[in-house]
Amino acid sequence: MEHKFISDANLVSNYIKGDESALEILVTRHKQKIYSFIYSKVYDRDVAEDIFQDTFIKVINTLKRGAYNEEGKFLPWVMRISHNLVIDLFRKNTRMPKFDNSGDFSIFSVLSDNALNAEKMIIKEQVESDVRRLVEELPEDQKEVLMMRIYNDMSFKEISDRTGVSINTALGRMRYALINLRKIIDKHNIVLTN
Amino acid sequence: MAKLYPENSIENFNDLKPKEETVNFLLNYSKALSVINYNKMKFEALLN
Repeated sequence: MEHKFISDANLVSNYIKGDESALEILVTRHKQKIYSFIYSKVYDRDVAEDIFQDTFIKVINTLKRGAYNEEGKFLPWVMRISHNLVIDLFRKNTRMPKFDNSGDFSIFSVLSDNALNAEKMIIKEQVESDVRRLVEELPEDQKEVLMMRIYNDMSFKEISDRTGVSINTALGRMRYALINLRKIIDKHNIVLTN
Repeated sequence: MAKLYPENSIENFNDLKPKEETVNFLLNYSKALSVINYNKMKFEALLN
């Protein structure tokens, strides 16, 4: 191609003067070198693509603003920009590590969605309603303490104030309530699983 | 024991090129961008 004989410096100066095709020649001429350089650092095609794009956006902005000093070093200058962007990327990644999920190991095998699926939701509801029914079987004083503690989320201090018994009595009733619940569950072979 | 190398290590970096669409995006971006000089201030305008 005849373009090849035009030096980078001339192309840059033509581009600054408004010749858009000069940029095309520059990009075509150097894209492989720059992209390979970025890829050799990041080892990820998509990331390399992003950095390549950001590099040239910076190049275009700088040239259009007339902030570029022509010293006959267009390629080293572009390389330096991409190098700095690669460093920025690594800095960002160490601050906010990202897990690459492309390999054999899937991150989702160790991380799970905590939200319950439909089946687990039904099981949970069943278990909760079973427990409620079992609680109803408890003696009144134990039931009262257990309801306040578990369902109303009250402290033993508050329970003792409300019921007019000492904290130790409230603690004792809670203990017996749990023991009795376990007894009923064992006795009737009830399976509560979630 | 045989040495195991991941496939990536034999990949030839020199054959790598950015996607055509990335290059086209940059060329279009360049065409759309104009810098307006006004009283020593520079404004960037992206016109599509």
